[in-house]
Amino acid sequence: MLDDTKKIFIQESEELLEQMENALLEMEQVPNDAEHLNSVFRAIHTIKGAAGIFGFDAIVAFTHPVESVMDNVRNGLRSVDPDLIALLLKCKDHTANLVEFISGEQEDISETLQEAGKKLLNELTPEQPSELTVTNTNEKIEVSDKRSPSEDHWVISLDFKPDALRNGLDPLSFINYLKRMGEIIEIITFTHDFPCWEDMDPESCYLSFRIALSSSANKEEIKSVFEFALDDCELRIVPPHSELEKYLALLEELTGEELNKLGELLIQVGALTEQELNSALQLQNGVLNDGTTKEIKPLGEILVEQHVVSKDVVEKAVAKQEIIREKIAQETQYIRVDANRLGQLINLVGELVISNAAVKLLVEKHDLADVQEVVSGVEGLVENIRDHALQLRMVQIGETFSRFRRVVRDVSKDLNKDVELVITGGEAELDKTVVEKINDPLTHLVRNSLDHGFETPDERVAQGKPRKGVLRLNALHDSGHIVIQIADDGAGLDTDKIRKKAEEKGLINVGQELSQREILRLIFEPGLTTKDTASNISGRGVGMDVVKRNIDALRGTIEVDSERGKGTLVTIHLPLTLAIIEGFMVGVEQERFVIPLSMVEECVEMNTDEWHLDKNSHYVNLRGQVMPYIKLSEFFGVNYQQSHRGRESLVIVKAGRAKAGIVVDRLFGELQTVIKPLGKVFQGLKGVSGATVLGSGEIALILDVQGLIGLASAKTTDVKTLESV
Amino acid sequence: MSIEAKEHNGAHFLEINDELTIYTAAMMKQELQDVLSKQDELEISLECVSDIDSAGIQILILLHQQAKKKGKTLRFIKHNRQVIDVLETLNLEALFGDPIVLPAKEF
Repeated sequence: MLDDTKKIFIQESEELLEQMENALLEMEQVPNDAEHLNSVFRAIHTIKGAAGIFGFDAIVAFTHPVESVMDNVRNGLRSVDPDLIALLLKCKDHTANLVEFISGEQEDISETLQEAGKKLLNELTPEQPSELTVTNTNEKIEVSDKRSPSEDHWVISLDFKPDALRNGLDPLSFINYLKRMGEIIEIITFTHDFPCWEDMDPESCYLSFRIALSSSANKEEIKSVFEFALDDCELRIVPPHSELEKYLALLEELTGEELNKLGELLIQVGALTEQELNSALQLQNGVLNDGTTKEIKPLGEILVEQHVVSKDVVEKAVAKQEIIREKIAQETQYIRVDANRLGQLINLVGELVISNAAVKLLVEKHDLADVQEVVSGVEGLVENIRDHALQLRMVQIGETFSRFRRVVRDVSKDLNKDVELVITGGEAELDKTVVEKINDPLTHLVRNSLDHGFETPDERVAQGKPRKGVLRLNALHDSGHIVIQIADDGAGLDTDKIRKKAEEKGLINVGQELSQREILRLIFEPGLTTKDTASNISGRGVGMDVVKRNIDALRGTIEVDSERGKGTLVTIHLPLTLAIIEGFMVGVEQERFVIPLSMVEECVEMNTDEWHLDKNSHYVNLRGQVMPYIKLSEFFGVNYQQSHRGRESLVIVKAGRAKAGIVVDRLFGELQTVIKPLGKVFQGLKGVSGATVLGSGEIALILDVQGLIGLASAKTTDVKTLESV
Repeated sequence: MSIEAKEHNGAHFLEINDELTIYTAAMMKQELQDVLSKQDELEISLECVSDIDSAGIQILILLHQQAKKKGKTLRFIKHNRQVIDVLETLNLEALFGDPIVLPAKEF
């Protein structure tokens, strides 16, 4: 039995280990990012601490040395290299194993696990920390301090470029103008850089000035003096000490709610002008573009080096940044809520929506005009509450996606493939339950793609593709659905092979005519694999059918697109939530049905003359688009009184790419639909996915649009094959 | 010629009677070079400099440096108000080291 403390420890540890893994993977790209280093350290430190509290000594024993190593790394005593990161990843895995172990029944850690831990720790044991890795920033700081102005004056250095005079500038006039800003305490005209008389071009400018200015103006104002000369001179303005103190005080007072970039912070307090920032950023990028030095210098360092801003101010700003960052981190802390409570809340909100509908109905029935306003107010609030309650269950899909980084990294390494995972749209949100259930199918698809889809680097180069394959995970919202795409630029699916295999398995008849899409869809049939040999990663031909079944269970759709040699795209459509939806209510006789509004394309009158209806094979030609239709009354066998032959309407529904028409008697319009699952007895029902309670207390069935479209298509093809016989 | 030889109370000197600006800089350089190459000791009056800008100042600085380099004696004399202002603004009086006599009428 797991007691509660254990549960909490295990859950927290798992989260921390996940963070640690992400940070480590990030570090593979940017090895010395302090944020990630800290994140790794914090994770392992917290796990150690918690393990100590709960008395899991084995975990403490293992994590303690790891923590020490991370501490050394953090303090610059040990440098980060790919080997260390790989080792730390292994340590993370081992810790996860240990955590998993304590969730089990056994008391003692198994020998093998202990051995593995020892081996890892031996590899980790740091060599003598080398002195070389200690950064030499201290020296730089010394230098810049000497240069900072000792008196309470602005120090302006003004170096004109040779073309300044030719461009119509007169340096003298700028200095005269500067006098208006304050008192020029001292001015030095540099003459030592002048060329010799013979080489001098009398129309070139050789003038440089160093000016000490006593002024109450701020940096931007002083800068504005030289506004027209900025292109033709190098200008540096070093603030006086009092100004520095002002910057520091302002930074102190700054109550930023948002996390600003360093440069923005400095501009905000006036320590930096926008142009200075831009040129520093250019410098930063310039170093990068050079290709000679890959290391990007932090902006702060560049600014100090260029004597644009003093070191004190930069440090203060960085510290401030850190404080704001922490504040934000604190503010976005989560509250752990029991999923059941959340479920209850949503149920209650569902009831509230229904009750509200009942109230509205009564008010309309009795025509209570004065109540109406109040009721519509309440309705708005209920809608808000509903949205917020549903929002509580929403989680970003990014977390699920980023788990695949490790999968991609490990699997591609195992297969000797070079694949990069690109994640986009990670901020798209969907219901927690959906997220949980989508994980397995996604893993399967990603593994499939890595195994079948991508060629080896050499094959890729031979085909003129870049060595590195790109696997894309993308998520986006599309009319009440979330769309998840898994795209690779690998070999694509071999339709001929799929066809052959399918014929062998008897899934299709030999020579049966199939469209490209239909062939591709065969991969979702059980037992079909195109891989000749099964590997431990995939290829056993179980999976794609399971994937499809999982997606179906979530009321979603899955489609595959592929081009030989170009790649494969798998698209999954999923409903955002499984609790409350916007519905569209229709009626057949006295029965009410609800269609998810997001699936309704349009409603048209069922008119034989206008739309070419094929009543035998149930086809309708809607403005040139041919689609199957289904008559709800016939389908559900609603007791049809032949006397009632009113107008019929055709509701066009869409699921993924497929479209179909549903013939109904009446259209009622939009409805807040609280989905109530059907009892076990009815779970096998076709064409119905749930039920909802209407304001009147009546029950309306929610149509399973996808199922209906499938049935409608099947029915029509049945008819077709019959006819063709 | 914008540079003329003058004589006052028995002392010989040159007088610049044109503007010392970007517009005359090229010509000035040429003429000043000519006179400097001919003489080992010369005084140049700035009394009649009608206008002076950064380019003009550069010429004066360079001429001064050149004279020093060649071991010649060069003195600027009779600075007018405008030249004094510029020299003061740029803190160049000390560089030239010439005594600046303020015109009497300004007192």
